[in-house]
Amino acid sequence: MEEANRTEALNVSNIITAVGYPRLIICSFLLFLLISAALLGLPLGQLVSSILVRLGMNGILVLAMIPSIQSGIGPNFGLSLGVVCGLVAATLSIELDMVGLSAFAFSIIVAAILGSIVGYFYGLLLNRVKGQEMTVGTYTGFSVVSFMCIFWILAPYKSPEMIWPYGGDGLRVTITLQDRFDKVLNNLFAFKLFNVEIPTGLLLFFALFCFMVWLFMRTKTGLAMLAAGSNPRFAEASGINVNSCRIIGIVISTALGAIGIVVYAQSYGFIQLYTAPLFMPFFAVASILIGGASIKKATITHAVIGTFLFQALLVVALPVANEVVANNLSEVVRIIISNGMILYALTRKEAGGDEVEAG
Amino acid sequence: MKLKQGNTEIVKQELWQDKFRLDLYGLLKKNAVPILFAVICIIGSYFAKLPLKFLLNFIIIRMCRNSFLVLSLIIPVLAGLGLNFGIVLGAMAGQIAVIAITYWEIKGIVGFALAALLALPLAIIFGWLTGMLFNRAKGKEMIAGLILGFFANGIYQLVFLFFVGTIIPMKNEYMLLSTGVGLRNSVNLKGIHYALDKILEVRISGLEFPVVTIVCIIILCLAIWFLFKTKLGQEFRSVGQSRQIAGVSGIKVDKIRIIATIFSTVLAAWGQLIFLQNLGTLNTYGSHVQVGTFAVAALLIGGASVTRATIGQALLGTFLFHTLFIISPLAGKNMLGNAQVGEYFRAFVAYGVIGISLALYAWQSSSKKRTVEE
Amino acid sequence: MDTKFLLQMRNISKEYFGNRVLKEVNLDVKEGEIHALIGENGAGKSTLMNILFGMPVIHSTGGFEGEIFFKGKKVEIKTPKDAMDLEIGMVHQEFMLLPGFSVTENIKLNREKTKHNLISRLFGSKLKSLDFKSMRKDARIALDTLGLSIDEMLPIAGLPVGYMQFVEIARELDKKNIKLLVFDEPTAVLTEVEAETLINTMKMLADKGISILFITHRLEEVLKVSNNITVLRDGEVVSSLPAKDATVEKLAELMVGRKIERVSSKRKRIDELNKKAGNTILKIEGLKVEMPGERVRGVTLEIKKGEIFGLGGLAGQGKIGIANGIMGLYPGEGKIIVNNKEIQLNNTASALKNGLAFVSEDRRGTGLLLDQPIDLNIAITAIQCQNKFLRKSLINLADRRSITNHALKMIEELDIRCTGPHQLVRRLSGGNQQKVCIARALTLEPDILLVSEPTRGIDVGAKKLVLDLLVKLNREKGMTIVITSSELGELRSICDRIAIIYNGKVEGILTPDASDKEFGLLMAGEKSRRREVS
Repeated sequence: MEEANRTEALNVSNIITAVGYPRLIICSFLLFLLISAALLGLPLGQLVSSILVRLGMNGILVLAMIPSIQSGIGPNFGLSLGVVCGLVAATLSIELDMVGLSAFAFSIIVAAILGSIVGYFYGLLLNRVKGQEMTVGTYTGFSVVSFMCIFWILAPYKSPEMIWPYGGDGLRVTITLQDRFDKVLNNLFAFKLFNVEIPTGLLLFFALFCFMVWLFMRTKTGLAMLAAGSNPRFAEASGINVNSCRIIGIVISTALGAIGIVVYAQSYGFIQLYTAPLFMPFFAVASILIGGASIKKATITHAVIGTFLFQALLVVALPVANEVVANNLSEVVRIIISNGMILYALTRKEAGGDEVEAG
Repeated sequence: MKLKQGNTEIVKQELWQDKFRLDLYGLLKKNAVPILFAVICIIGSYFAKLPLKFLLNFIIIRMCRNSFLVLSLIIPVLAGLGLNFGIVLGAMAGQIAVIAITYWEIKGIVGFALAALLALPLAIIFGWLTGMLFNRAKGKEMIAGLILGFFANGIYQLVFLFFVGTIIPMKNEYMLLSTGVGLRNSVNLKGIHYALDKILEVRISGLEFPVVTIVCIIILCLAIWFLFKTKLGQEFRSVGQSRQIAGVSGIKVDKIRIIATIFSTVLAAWGQLIFLQNLGTLNTYGSHVQVGTFAVAALLIGGASVTRATIGQALLGTFLFHTLFIISPLAGKNMLGNAQVGEYFRAFVAYGVIGISLALYAWQSSSKKRTVEE
Repeated sequence: MDTKFLLQMRNISKEYFGNRVLKEVNLDVKEGEIHALIGENGAGKSTLMNILFGMPVIHSTGGFEGEIFFKGKKVEIKTPKDAMDLEIGMVHQEFMLLPGFSVTENIKLNREKTKHNLISRLFGSKLKSLDFKSMRKDARIALDTLGLSIDEMLPIAGLPVGYMQFVEIARELDKKNIKLLVFDEPTAVLTEVEAETLINTMKMLADKGISILFITHRLEEVLKVSNNITVLRDGEVVSSLPAKDATVEKLAELMVGRKIERVSSKRKRIDELNKKAGNTILKIEGLKVEMPGERVRGVTLEIKKGEIFGLGGLAGQGKIGIANGIMGLYPGEGKIIVNNKEIQLNNTASALKNGLAFVSEDRRGTGLLLDQPIDLNIAITAIQCQNKFLRKSLINLADRRSITNHALKMIEELDIRCTGPHQLVRRLSGGNQQKVCIARALTLEPDILLVSEPTRGIDVGAKKLVLDLLVKLNREKGMTIVITSSELGELRSICDRIAIIYNGKVEGILTPDASDKEFGLLMAGEKSRRREVS
């Protein structure tokens, strides 16, 4: 038995299956892009720093997929629920005229609280629609984003930075954070290394959240969630309340989504309202899938690798494409890769093949 | 055996009674969704303060424009594939054909007919691919169709933004961007504008009816009705009820599912053509994007569900959804002083109604599973 | 022998993954006779029928050995379609009916009558119109043959279960010229009256010249209706006899008879246990469990401290439901008293916290986290219910090291063959997976261990290891064990007392050295039937 396993590990085709075709393709594509970038004489240092920034910027949004996948709900296609919570929190901090790190900290805390509350009710909904979480989640997300569009118009915000300058109704589509908490994390302890700007604060913050999620997955509750996700009937037979595990999973996921968008906004420098959050969940889902997760299993490593690969691809593809073809290509590539990745995950047979359906 | 017959009579009676009871107080419950939206529409029209004739004309235009697309969803629903969000691919097939005939400058009804002919093989191929994908994602067809729509949209953009003018040789200053690469955001379709609608138009007391388009829609309705009276239709329904039992009875389940998807995709392609000839301009990168969502929402508002849809529901749903579409910006403006609120409201309604009916479907099927187990 | 044989299956053997499930089985069905095929669950009845119908499950697992003759000619049955072409029909145990279709549509499913129309002439026969009028007529004829007067246009949904069964039969009859009709446990879901009608129908069909193969384990029905009987046991034909030579007792004996290995002198142990009588550790009073297919309808039992207690009976009679009900995995009512303390029903956590542990019959579905490592599988229930393996700090963090160490200990103790404690459970063989399940239960240090079907689906060598392990736990640690099994021989080899469950109730309690006949009668429910009569 042991011997059989050892020879198995040496097999080349097994290595490919272990790494997975999508990652191999993406890695080689990335490599190809990097070489072309070097040949075209693009500033590599700048590219690397921009990859690092975007890793930290998107990381927490991708991390939000882990608790929902682990608790058996699958990828959280309703992540936009968390995102709008984060946006409310961020706009609130401006409305209260807060500045700098305190504004950021305030936004994070309010985002987490709002996200948890919303996540709880979202979890109650998802517990009633077991098996259809992805479709229901997607459309819950879509409708909440549309509903929030009405909110952004009608909400009684007063801050002149946010409302339309010439008597229009409601908030602007894009709100700048320049005088608020623009890049407070990015610039924290930032330093330069071989032409590469390291956004230390941002990366540390992301690492902190990775660690917290990792730690959580090893607690009693985290393990209960894992059991509930991988086999609900096993969990029940072990005296675990599956429904509450799922709710915990989605609460954490939604809260992480809320925090994630605040981090995203501080790095980006702008808050984007209205329909901007509509497709965010899809990119987060695609990222973790690129990292090697399936719709049933996901780890921190998947999230980190996936975010890195996906963002690196976009960062490198953009200038290369600009040089070679036309602009805007990277947006198209982003759509194709992310949705292609999700399709691949949806149609792929889960390892082990226990998923044979009746009929 | 006597006893048996006695039993039969009782069973028969009970079943009839059941039916009768359902008719009495089930009617309201069964049609709750259309009734609710009818009420919203009535209230909305009141606040929109549109002259009735004006409103009715708008509704006729939009019904003619969209019914075909909504009707294209019925077959997959009955074949157990759920709501086919993949009709976006059909719409793309239609658009590709329209772009081609516009480029070749073939005008009028000939151009329209040629576009319909061109769209057919494209839609068949797209439908076949979609069907294969659905067969690999059984039980997840809806989310797969949705994502497939996004994915195909990416490919579509790639082709028409970057390949046109480079890999695909096209030269036409009205259609291409100033760089000579990529199609413009909007393409004027004056060649086939009203190609179908204006063949024969009848005015009845101020209302304009594009007769030929209406005839097309009626023919489609009849065709669908006919289809479900044939062997093939029966196979669709059998597969829709249970893949397993249909398979045991010797029906080739996967093949039937692919055929259903192809039908739907082809109809969507033609539906998009009707839509575009009425509109007169092609929003190259936007016209198809919301086709799936809006058609699905319309069908659901008509009272259909993931597993049940009728022609009547499709038409009623189109009527209600597009009435809502027309009135909500105006009503929003008059009620809240902001037209945008109304626009967001209708997006909210479209998404919300899909979300709710999907949730209800999941809810019912999970509780049904429970009772079956017992 | 002047009668001709319609179907002859000769020397049929079949292996599943090295597990021999059929050994040189011969089955002969004469024209126009009712032939009963009886046997316990797992005796090989369904495998034999799968072979007859060319089901994919047979051919995807390497086919079978032996020959089939139909109407005297050798035939190859590779697909269900081949069987249908030979005019063999089957009435399934689970209904193959579409609930949203009418009776007619179901009877004519995929055999609809069609007629040409303008469009089908152009586009092919798939678009032929359905000829409802003639379909109705056919359905009516088939239903009338069965003496069923229900409206053929009624939808299936809402019909009583018994009627659905008849619609299924009508469908088979409608396939013209059907020569052989297989009934797979048709009376299992029927009421007494309905079963009676069905049996009359079968007789009527046989009179019309259709041969019937009747699979069942209701022995009285067999005697009432059949001409000849074939008894299967452990994949072998143990007897083939005319019904007139059979009695219920004889059939029961044939079905369950086994060579029994005695592990130790039972008599002595039972006496010992009786001496300590009064030490009841588990008391079950009026337990009813709503487990689909294994409903428990009121079981009362007392289990003594330190004994191995067996629960036996045929499938579907409710033995499986008892342990599942006690553990709260299926809704139940009644009273469960452990160590003089009543535990809450329908609450798994409460059962686990009060000294009960359960090894489920559904090993892969309920018993394991297949894609998690061995050590986590063993520890997780104890972590959740007893707060074991946790570092006591502000947050309840699991202690990986003690989890792994414990797993290593268990691997050694139970001899689990694996590459190490971090191997995924999915990669283990069935027997080793079962040991992981047992290790998980033992980690809870229970007073009572409930084990369901511990040897199902594992190979012969591993079976003995698992059983020996249970005996060892009982002898060395004094653990009380309640074992549920379909294999009577297994129960008789290790149990101190065996309760046979029939129709959701205790039919009787026997010692393992009671005769085969006694066991057979209890399993067939003859005792309670006679009680009713007298």
